[in-house]
Amino acid sequence: MLEIDWFLGISAIMFSIGIIGVLIRRNAVVIFMCVELMLNAVNLTLVSFSSFHGNIDGQIFVFFALAVAAAEAVVGLAIIIAIFRNNLTVDVTEINLLRW
Amino acid sequence: MIVYLFILLAVLAIGSALAMVINKNVVNSALFLVINMVSLAGIYLLLNAQFLAVIQILVYAGAIMVLFLFVIMLLNVEDEEKLFDKFRVKYFLAFILGAAVVGQIFYSIAGVTDMLPEISSNMAEIGTVEAAGDVLYTKYLLPFEMTAILLTAAVVGALMVAQYKIKKG
Repeated sequence: MLEIDWFLGISAIMFSIGIIGVLIRRNAVVIFMCVELMLNAVNLTLVSFSSFHGNIDGQIFVFFALAVAAAEAVVGLAIIIAIFRNNLTVDVTEINLLRW
Repeated sequence: MIVYLFILLAVLAIGSALAMVINKNVVNSALFLVINMVSLAGIYLLLNAQFLAVIQILVYAGAIMVLFLFVIMLLNVEDEEKLFDKFRVKYFLAFILGAAVVGQIFYSIAGVTDMLPEISSNMAEIGTVEAAGDVLYTKYLLPFEMTAILLTAAVVGALMVAQYKIKKG
């Protein structure tokens, strides 16, 4: 039968892949997608604990996390579009307006 | 049977996540992320969370990824041609950090492995739409209504940020 360790293992691996992606990619859109991947990994942990405990509160928490992730994606992509209008690039190594 | 299904979905999820990170083309990365979301919805189904599996496909693989693809289309970005062409200290440090995080989480799980919950007997009952709606509209009604305000604020904020000419006050 299923064990909770496997789900936690997948979640940890996906979270680390997201971290590596955020660190090595230079396209702002891909960095954003890696952040979504990390959010999904944490959601998987919440759902697996909720199901294995037989308590629905964790799944409701994931539902709210989905709503917040949708709002975050909308605002983040709008910021990326605004940056692209000003700089004509989404390469994060060339966006240095706030760098001293 | 269910174990083989789990292994298939896990390999699909991790493989598509890796392919998303190492792919040079942005559109291909977005499509691999869609595969990742769908296989994650399958894993939710294995956990008997039907409501969240449907929501995952509708909201993530449907709405959010379409938004990403539209933004990629608007931005007209070219491929990153210089990914992994030569050894960089930055990549090495990134892999070290990722391996450290995954090692730390596995170490933590291995330390508490006798305290982790066994499979629950009422697992099939809690993940249905009926059970989720029952809790969502009674116990969590106020956070649910706050979500509506949050989404409205996000849409208005996104329009303000992304509109072409911002009037100077």
